[in-house]
Formats: sequence, C-alpha cells, structure tokens
Amino acid sequence: MATEILMPALSPTMEEGTLAKWLVKEGDEVKSGDILAEIETDKATMEFEAVDEGKIGKILIEEGTQGVAVNTPIAVLVEDDESVDDVQVSAPPAQQPAAEKSAEPAPAEAEAPAPERDISPDWPEGTEMKTMTVREALREAMEEEMGRDETVFLMGEEVGEYQGAYKISQGLLDKFGPRRVVDTPISEIGFTGIGTGAALAGLRPIVEFMTFNFAMQAIDHIINSAAKTLYMSGGQMGCPIVFRGPNGAAARVGAQHSHDYAAWYAQIPGLKVVMPYSAADAKGLLKQAIRDPNPVIFLENEILYGRSFEVPDLEDFTIPFGKARIARAGKDVTIVSFGIGMTHALEAADKLAEQGIDAEVIDLRTLRPLDYATILESVKKTNRCVTVEEGFPVASIGNHISAHIMENAFDYLDAPVINCTGKDVPMPYAANLEKHALITSDEVVEAVKKVTYK
Amino acid sequence: MARKPAGGTAAPSNTSKDELLKYYRDMLLIRRFEEKAGQLYGMGLIGGFCHLYIGQEAVVVGLEAAAKEGDKRITSYRDHGHMLACGMDPRGVMAELTGREGGYSKGKGGSMHMFSREKHFYGGHGIVAAQVPLGAGLAFADKYLGNDNVTFTYFGDGAANQGQVYESYNMAELWDLPVVFVIENNQYAMGTSVKRSTKSTSLFGRGEAFGIPGEQVDGMDVLAVKAAGEKAVAHCRAGKGPYILEVMTYRYRGHSMSDPAKYRTREEVQKMRDERDSIENVRDLLLQGKHATEDELKAVDKEIKDIVNDSAEFAKESPEPALEELWTDIYASDLPQGSAEENA
Ligand SMILES: Cc1ncc(C[n+]2csc(CCOP(=O)(O)OP(=O)(O)O)c2C)c(N)n1
Ligand SMILES: [Mg+2]
Repeated sequence: MATEILMPALSPTMEEGTLAKWLVKEGDEVKSGDILAEIETDKATMEFEAVDEGKIGKILIEEGTQGVAVNTPIAVLVEDDESVDDVQVSAPPAQQPAAEKSAEPAPAEAEAPAPERDISPDWPEGTEMKTMTVREALREAMEEEMGRDETVFLMGEEVGEYQGAYKISQGLLDKFGPRRVVDTPISEIGFTGIGTGAALAGLRPIVEFMTFNFAMQAIDHIINSAAKTLYMSGGQMGCPIVFRGPNGAAARVGAQHSHDYAAWYAQIPGLKVVMPYSAADAKGLLKQAIRDPNPVIFLENEILYGRSFEVPDLEDFTIPFGKARIARAGKDVTIVSFGIGMTHALEAADKLAEQGIDAEVIDLRTLRPLDYATILESVKKTNRCVTVEEGFPVASIGNHISAHIMENAFDYLDAPVINCTGKDVPMPYAANLEKHALITSDEVVEAVKKVTYK
Repeated sequence: MARKPAGGTAAPSNTSKDELLKYYRDMLLIRRFEEKAGQLYGMGLIGGFCHLYIGQEAVVVGLEAAAKEGDKRITSYRDHGHMLACGMDPRGVMAELTGREGGYSKGKGGSMHMFSREKHFYGGHGIVAAQVPLGAGLAFADKYLGNDNVTFTYFGDGAANQGQVYESYNMAELWDLPVVFVIENNQYAMGTSVKRSTKSTSLFGRGEAFGIPGEQVDGMDVLAVKAAGEKAVAHCRAGKGPYILEVMTYRYRGHSMSDPAKYRTREEVQKMRDERDSIENVRDLLLQGKHATEDELKAVDKEIKDIVNDSAEFAKESPEPALEELWTDIYASDLPQGSAEENA
C-alpha cells in the first residue's frame, strides 16, 4: 500500500517550512530511521527521518521549495511490487481544521461563575448572635469542618504543638491529633506541593502560611499546580484545597512582611479568592472555602484577628462566594472595599456623615468571584464610586472595578472613579513613614469629596 | 554550677591576652546591646519583629576573627550580632531599630533589614533561607572578579530545610564558589526543634551529597569557632569551593519578642547559661590564665555599657526620617558607589 510522506511540523510554532534538500531519490529503498530530507523550520534546519519502510515512489515537492505547509504530501512511499502510477495523490490539506463555530460568542469572563445577584440575608432573621474575635471565628470554622469531614486536615509551620504562630489553630492538635494537624518544617514550596498533591488525591487540606509573604516561596504550586490542574486535565483533577494565613501589613514589620496579595491572586483563573473583614464573614466564608471543590486563597489580616464582631450562634452556617455585603446603605457615593480596607471605608463613612455626605459602603468579601452586580446597582443609584484597598496602586482591584464600571455603567457616572490604595513604595519600617505608606480614612474622605465635588 | 572548661580545638595557651580580651569585649557588646534592644522594645521604642542574638555571640565573633578585610557576610533577620561583630556602628544599628534617620537604612529597613557596603554586610533578610543563594551569589561575584574574598553565609537550622539551600549547595560546589555556609544551629526554628523538623539531623553532613566538606563546631566556644572558621576560609581561598560549618549554639531568649517559648523548659535554658555560656567561658580563661584581673574586666564592662547607653541615647534622639524619604530609594539612577569596582 502506498503511503504519503507529509511535511512534518518540527517545532511547536512551525506552520510551514523549506524543503531544503532531499537525501533520497526516486527508486531508493528506505527503512525507518533513514534520513529522507533536510527541512528548514522557523528555528533551525532539521533532519527528517523515515518512519516506514519502502521505496521512494515519487517525490512530489522539489528540493529548494519554500513555504511548504505542514502536512502537505512531499513524497510517496510504495511497497516493492507496487507501481507509482497506481498511487493517487491527495490534494494538500486545508489549513487547520477549524473548530466548530458556535453561534454564541464565547463568554469573555473566565472567572469562577458568579451566581445571580443574591440579596438574601446571610442568616435567618432573629438568629441569636454571639460576640467573638476573628481569630476565634476562624478557629471555630476549622474545628467544625474538621469535625464534619474526616478528609479535612491542617498543615503548616507551627500549627500544632506551638498552637499556631498567631494562635488560629489553638487547641486543634489536642482535639484532632497529629494525623490531622500536621507541623511542617520551613519548606513552603515542599509542603504546598504536598498539600496540593493530597488535594488532587481527594483530601481537603487547609494549608496555613505563617503569613502570605512566605507563600511567595510556594506560589508556583499554588498557581501552576493547584489552580491550573483541573483545566489541564480536562476537568478530571479537582484540587479542593484552602491556602490561608495573614496577608498585608501588620505593624512595623517592614518591606518583606507587609505585602497585600489580593490583586495578585485575584488575577488567576482557577483560584477563588476570599478576603473577609468581619468575624461572621471569616467563619462563614472559611467553612464555605473548605467545602469548595476548588483551590481557595483565604486572605486574613493580623490586625483584624483580635477584633470582635457579632457572629450568628448557629450550629452550621456558610456564606456563599460572590455575594457582597452592603455594610452601610447610603445614597451619595458608593465606597467599595474588602478586608482591612473596610476599617478605613467605614471610618470614612462616619466622618462623611458628619459632613452631610451619605455613603453606601460595600464589602466585597470575595474577590473572585466578584459581585459586580451589587457594585453596579449601587453606582447606578449614587453615580459616584471610590474604591479602598491596602495593596499597591498599579493593577489593583480598584483599577479592575473602575474598568468594569466604565464598561457597564459609564452613563451613570457623574465623576471618575477614584481608587484609594497603599502608596507605590515598599513598606518602610519607620513609624511615621509606615503611616504615610498605608491608606487612611482621611484619604478616603478626600476622594469622596472629590467625586461629590464638595 | 561548674562550667565545663572552655577549649576543644584551640588550646587557650595559643591565644594571646589581647585576642582573648577582644573576644570578651566583642561578645559582651553584642549581649549588652541586645539586652538594651529588648528593653527599648518593651518601652515601645522598637516595633515589629525583633530577634535577639543573646546566647549565640561566640558564633559571629569567632568567625569574624577568621575573616580578613574584603570578606562579605550575609544573614537572616537575626542580624544585630553580625553587624556589631563586623564593626558596624552600634549607634546606626540601634537607630535603625527605633526607625530613625540615623539608622543604617535611614529608618526604612528596621531590625531585619540593615546593610553596610562599607563593612561588606549584605543584610538582614526576612524570608527564611533567601539569604543562602544570595550569599552564594556574592561569592560568585568575587570569584568572577578574581579576588580572594570569601563570603560568610549564615542561616539557621530551620532554614536548612528550605529547598533553595540545596540548589545553592549544588551550584556553589559546581562552580567552586568561595562561600562558607554557616549553619547557626541553635536547635530551634521558632518552636520547632531540629528533631521535630528532620530525621537527617547532621545538618553539615548534607553537604556530602554535593561534595562539600563540612564539620560541626562547638558554637559556645569562641576559640573553637575561630579555628574552624580559619580552616573553612583557607579551603575557600585556596579555590577549593564552599565549606559548611554547623555551629552548635543556643538562643537564650524567645524567637522574637513575642514568643512565649513554651516549647522548651526554663531549666534547659538555665542549664545552657550556667554551664556553657560563651562569655563566661572567655572570662574564666582570662582570669584563670591571669591575663586580666577582676578590676580590668569590670572596666571593660563599664566601657561596653557606656557604648550601649550612648547608642540607645542616639537612637532615641535621632529624628524620624523626613516624609520625603517615603518616595526615595525605590529606583536607582545609577549603581551605588563601589559595587563592582570596589571588589575588583
Ligand atoms: C519563608 C519563610 N517562612 C517562614 C517564616 C517565618 N519565620 C521567621 S523565622 C522562622 C524560624 C527560623 O528558624 P531558624 O532558621 O532555625 O533560625 P533562628 O530563628 O533560629 O535564628 C520562621 C518560621 C519566614 N520568615 N520566611
Ligand atoms: Mg534556629
């Protein structure tokens, strides 16, 4: 049976090449491994070997021909008793087979799908509340989920015997034992990879980073292994894992220990990103994160750990992702924030109220998925927006929100959106400089006055 | 409680009075400086993280005694002792701790991030083990420039479990880099003891897989540290590549100022202090060898106390950095003076 020899693709980007030289002629016997021709690709000159045995029946493309498309028949190989004249040469193939065109354009957003706007209360009305710190809320969330699900375990530096560098895991070792509360060496990329592998194998690890600054050691596994594997495996390999720990500035810990990673992780398709402010959100969202089948980045804040809030006294409650919270209703301006930024947003709203400006404050709670609907609805009402976050100004969450508002509510805006962020400098240590590097409620007040032309 | 006599590799008789007095003075300076820093922290004058070096003084003082002008050093956040030992000004270090203009980083670095080009001190690094490849890189530069400088790259027993250490070992040996890897094994990484973090507890022995020679050293004995340092440095200067010193030491204080230190007993700490203290050891040598009298040592104590008090005063008086400093030093317009040329 005659076989066509096709122009090979010899590099990942090669679409066509030059048939530089034939090393065989018609009538030659060839066996697999023999070099048939030299082909110039976009990168180099490569030798092209025979795969099958036979006789070169006919050379279809002369040497020296340029621009030979990949998969064009360049010669015909015949068996000994065959005649070349019997061979039918197929037409050069069309370009790459085009993927079936669907009528609908592909959705532009590759984000975790946000549900329809959910305006239900987070817990039933009349639920009894108890006061607790964010620290206690986080601990309770882990304790409850570890009690519910045997596959949930906690690993990280000092999470066990030391009771947690920030005491979030206090008591968990005593309750669940060393099988489920695993102290690791200082080996971030190693244990993040191990956690990710365990998640791929079906466990539900909670990986605590002593702070997210140290997750930079491990970010390759967070992104390349945890976030992308589901996609790369065509949906087979889910990675249900939570990466959690304090994020952002603490107090006076300098440039290498003060980074806010919200915008970094929020950029990654495949990750979900949570950044709670209140204790109730910390608890409800962490429980949700542990149950989520995806890798979740859960960004806590050291300064908030000790703050107390009202938390529903329920046996079990979770807060869904992609549902912002209107922390304060208002009509004159929309202030959007999340995490520790809420402290400044709310403080600013109080100051503004004294000056007769009625601000609506939205706590995003999750950054991916992001509750665009709640932001847009509010902006359509107030016609002005200021965003508040601790991170750096370039490519910030605020920038992204501004772009979204511009695309979707341009005609409603009475002023450009202003993004309040940390300053564009590494965090200085000196007390006075640190204060200036961080966002303040006064800056938020200033920004609101600008957008309200007051 | 009787102390074990100091000694080991270097016999005290080989060591001159001046030398012993210098070690005594240098170690005492670190100890008193750190005690003062702890005090200022308690007063709120120092903020953030502050990792004291008390107990480990013999390590840096011994190794500095093996160094020559031009040699480099780099370490972690537990860096105050290294800076004082290599001759940096206590005023500048203390003022950095208080975040003032007079500090080595103009108040912008803090306890964990100080540098001195003049003294070839390359920091002050907050990410555990990050200084290890950086130190190998400093040595790479020296080799490239063809000088005979050596880099002392200090890291902890906890840092020894970071993967980047082993990538650095491999390349340092592959390229014969003149670097002494100094593992300051103080037996704990925060609250995790060495045996709770690895079954391969001979940390220096891990170099063998890469062909790097090394040894364990008594880090409470400044003379032993110095002797081992000289051997390591000679190996590097001879162009034979890196060397590993695992210096067995102990930190008396908590990991940082906020460490409750429940992972070890008070007795364990007290036993080290009573039986192994490096400063007391040298003091004994000085007195027993009749190199110095109690009165002479008292005078040294007083001198050190004055230096430390002066540094604290300076650190309190020095103004906070000007607000414009927030926006400076983010990009360099040119390489700082004396980078490559200085080493050539
Ligand atoms: C990559 C990274 N992970 C975690 C930390 C938090 N951390 C700071 S010091 C430390 C312990 C280090 O112990 P060791 O290396 O033995 O040095 P020592 O403090 O004893 O001098 C830890 C876990 C960090 N700074 N960097
Ligand atoms: Mg240690």
